[in-house]
Amino acid sequence: MSWGLDGVTVRFGGDVALDDVSVSVSPGDIAVIVGGDGAGKSTLCRVLVGLTPIESGVVRRPERIGFQPESSGVWADLSVAENLEFVASAYGLESGPAGRRISYLLEITGLGTARDRLGRNLSGGMRQKLGVAMALLSEPPLLVLDEPSTGLDPVSRLELWSMIALASEEERAVVATTAYVDEASRATTVLALDEGAVLAWGSVDAVLAAMPGRIYETAERAGASSWRRGRAWRVWSGDGTAPSGARETTPDLADVVTVAALTRETRP
Amino acid sequence: MLAMIIKELRQVVRDKRTLAMLIVMPAVLLIIFGYAASFDVEEIPTVVIGDQAQAIADRLPEAFAIESVDVGGGQAEAEESLIAGDAHVAFVSNGSSSVALIDGAELFMAQAALQLTTAMSSQVPGLTSQVLFNPDLDTSAVLVPGLAGLIIVFVGTLVTSMSVVREHEAGTLEQLAVMPFRPRDVFIGKITPYFLIALVDIVIVLLIGTLVFDVPFNGSPLPLALAALMFLFVALGVGVLISSVSQNQAQAIQLALMTLLPQVMLSGIIFPLSSMAAGVRWIGYLLPLTYFNQVAKGVMVRGAGLSDLMVPLGLLALLGAVIFGIAVVRFSRQFEAAPSEARV
Repeated sequence: MSWGLDGVTVRFGGDVALDDVSVSVSPGDIAVIVGGDGAGKSTLCRVLVGLTPIESGVVRRPERIGFQPESSGVWADLSVAENLEFVASAYGLESGPAGRRISYLLEITGLGTARDRLGRNLSGGMRQKLGVAMALLSEPPLLVLDEPSTGLDPVSRLELWSMIALASEEERAVVATTAYVDEASRATTVLALDEGAVLAWGSVDAVLAAMPGRIYETAERAGASSWRRGRAWRVWSGDGTAPSGARETTPDLADVVTVAALTRETRP
Repeated sequence: MLAMIIKELRQVVRDKRTLAMLIVMPAVLLIIFGYAASFDVEEIPTVVIGDQAQAIADRLPEAFAIESVDVGGGQAEAEESLIAGDAHVAFVSNGSSSVALIDGAELFMAQAALQLTTAMSSQVPGLTSQVLFNPDLDTSAVLVPGLAGLIIVFVGTLVTSMSVVREHEAGTLEQLAVMPFRPRDVFIGKITPYFLIALVDIVIVLLIGTLVFDVPFNGSPLPLALAALMFLFVALGVGVLISSVSQNQAQAIQLALMTLLPQVMLSGIIFPLSSMAAGVRWIGYLLPLTYFNQVAKGVMVRGAGLSDLMVPLGLLALLGAVIFGIAVVRFSRQFEAAPSEARV
């Protein structure tokens, strides 16, 4: 059993928001959708949960989905506990199991001490963690999280990814979008999007292995196929030829996604 | 400073709806309200009853628009005509004496009728005048029933539209759409609190009106409760419709005010409908507050019963069914799950 999209195309007017995109996630897997602004990450989430109609393709979704929209989905005028209680009652959970589930989620999110604080008075990190907790509450087989870590400090991001890992351990299929490429390394599978088109798709190792050419490191900028990483420059060589004075380096996911974007731009 | 002015102008021009509000609306409102804003009463619907009815009718000034002349009726029939709102003045003759019964629920019409009948008394011996329902012609007695309707518009339309748009802005409407709610669960859940708040508000307004401002409550509460219920459905429906075409709360407020202002000015609460130019009067007849005001004033001031108010109640029911129905359909569309398969 797996959930996802098969060859889905979405168009808004004349603009293609998703172009023949496929993604699949099984129980216990974490699929991270990575891409910049306007890449189609939120559209993919909305298609997956049934909020946006598709032009072609197939969407495989379970009946019950835990969804956290980009805005966190927290009701600002309700307290932490009230937000969770509302979700529990929406899913028809009985008070006993619902209370236990809420206590568990408050514990793993560290929100136990803020249970009476209003949503609007939470910090960004607390609000996002509450959003994930709300999505997890009904114990859904599929969890769809739209940019849960955007705008969070490094510690909050770590805490948030711990929650996502926990959901994966509970055998939930997780689809999470992010603009931070480093977060993709936590995934079972990665889908890199650019302007609605797939740049790369597969397991982290497969995506790394599929990169054409080689990556080198130089002290100076070396043409259009180079980009800054820290104090040095990375250079991509499509035919593997080393630029003068450069030394070969092992590419990471950020390099692979950059190369995929470069090759897409130079494609005829 | 110039940069600031240019930036602000650019923003204003980008927001087409606000721009239209700023430029077009003042002209439209001025024209409409210019024709509507009139306290001058030119026509007073009148019935003439009693053995001298025809003789009196022949001598009435033009301002009394005669609806019927009935030589067989008496004071009871005359009062019934006023209670039902068929006429606002009834001349009743009995032998050599006659009385002009004036509907005190229509303030400006009553004042005009009183002046005219006082002037007539020198030409028609034995003619006296009597103001019914609101003998002192108290303004509050005439305004409070309509104000109860305005409260319903405020809570039902303005507050409801803002509440739904707030969910949209916060992204929580998407959250609700993914939850296992049926569209009607969300719709009813969303409007019920405002429905109850508006009901409480009406009771408060009516209590303050009757206890503090001595507004009479001459009729049965049943027709008023029915009208309030139906009018609430209209107001909530308009609120939900506004939310479905508004991107943010500012737009919702603008649109809600655009529905609120005409209702204040053209529903007969302040200016009598009969005093308005025909070109804008028809707008008043399309507004639900017009009919709520007729029922509220009819019940509270004239003591009208259900059978006297069937027309405004029926029109309110019709408006309620149409507007609320469209609102339910539009709202529900947002909650339909997109099909999981599509083929080109």
